Amino acid sequence: MKKPEPRGPVSAELIDLLTRRPGADGAAQTELLGLVTETARLTDDILTDDDLQLALFCLYELHYGGLEGVDDLWEWEPGLIAVRRLLEEPFEQALRSAALVAAGPPADGNNAAAEGKPDSDAVAEMLFALAAQDGGPSLSRYVAKKATIEQLSEFLIHKSVYQLKEADPHTWVIPRLTGRPKAALVEIQADEYGGGRQHRMHSALFARTMDGLGLDSSYGSYVDAVPAVALASVNMMSLFGLNRRLRGAITGHLAIYEMTSSRPNHLYGGGFRRHGFGAEVTEYFDEHVEADAVHEQIAGRDLAGGLAEAEPELLEDILFGATAALAIDARLTAHIVEAWQDGRSSLRTPLPAPA
Amino acid sequence: MDHETKQPGDPSSVVLCPDGPILIRGDFEIVTPSGDPVPRHRNTVALCRCGASAIKPYCDGSHKLIKFRTGVPSTVDEDS
Repeated sequence: MKKPEPRGPVSAELIDLLTRRPGADGAAQTELLGLVTETARLTDDILTDDDLQLALFCLYELHYGGLEGVDDLWEWEPGLIAVRRLLEEPFEQALRSAALVAAGPPADGNNAAAEGKPDSDAVAEMLFALAAQDGGPSLSRYVAKKATIEQLSEFLIHKSVYQLKEADPHTWVIPRLTGRPKAALVEIQADEYGGGRQHRMHSALFARTMDGLGLDSSYGSYVDAVPAVALASVNMMSLFGLNRRLRGAITGHLAIYEMTSSRPNHLYGGGFRRHGFGAEVTEYFDEHVEADAVHEQIAGRDLAGGLAEAEPELLEDILFGATAALAIDARLTAHIVEAWQDGRSSLRTPLPAPA
Repeated sequence: MDHETKQPGDPSSVVLCPDGPILIRGDFEIVTPSGDPVPRHRNTVALCRCGASAIKPYCDGSHKLIKFRTGVPSTVDEDS
């Protein structure tokens, strides 16, 4: 993707550094480390800190498709990994706090965790119960009933940061799993990637939905437009996916995503049909209604449940990943719905009026 | 390489999901009573068994909304 516009001193210095040769300027790297340490200490809330979330997003992007004009060698440059860890530590802490607040006092389902021997059905049941509690304002009902066509575009733009690389962050964990959870994840991911048919890849379906609304469906094209919390939502997946120790969290994340998907996608599709869009645009949503009703069963029982059976000590992180996903998405939803209810754009820079 | 992990003659498996659909994976065909194939987009499918799905024969997650309970294969269900 093209390099994003900096949102503060850290992202500015990072993006500037990335345009140079890796390792060529040790002093600049040291300076960046100092700046990140200081900024991460002073931020009010790293989850909504535009500068820090963008910096982390750029660092993670080096492990995906990369940034235009940035040397691939930067990916494993030790100085940059050090910067990433400086950002990841407070980010993970903030996610754990947000998850704790969202989860409230330990639910009775957590007894299985205390007993230390969770079985896969019990884990699936716990995750389904978490998904069912999911409260807060509903983006899907708003999209179904009220969203204007401009708001539909904004909705796609927020989603595009992840959906144009849909499934990729969860793929990182495949080699970190064995046996039943691995087979389960591969089965889900194969479906996400279209079962071998490029045009059926979920990212490709999403791109066609964007095309149908006249949006730019090239990867990363709207990163500059989305708020920090939208970046945090994607950074969370990269954090969980790229750190093997968080393999529990990424499976919990995927399970809860699948479990909170079928119904909302039915409503999203309805919102686009309400504005007269046809199958080419709604196929992405229609596909998810059916696919995720399959995936939620496999992800809850065989992936997350299977992992908890194999490594019981990971159950806590499985629930953390699930709860953090719900908490961050609730914040993003609140941001979007509040803006729309006030008659404002939910983007950092409103979309230009159609030419 | 271990090619023997699949059960011999493993044509398909049917998973009765607690409070949810019937998951079918493997080699099978879904047909109407007259034998016409039902459109299918994926290898493993979830068939509705609560009756509330809007995309029957497939599951769309509606069992959760109507609080469908299967009772049979679920783990512990003291109040039944």
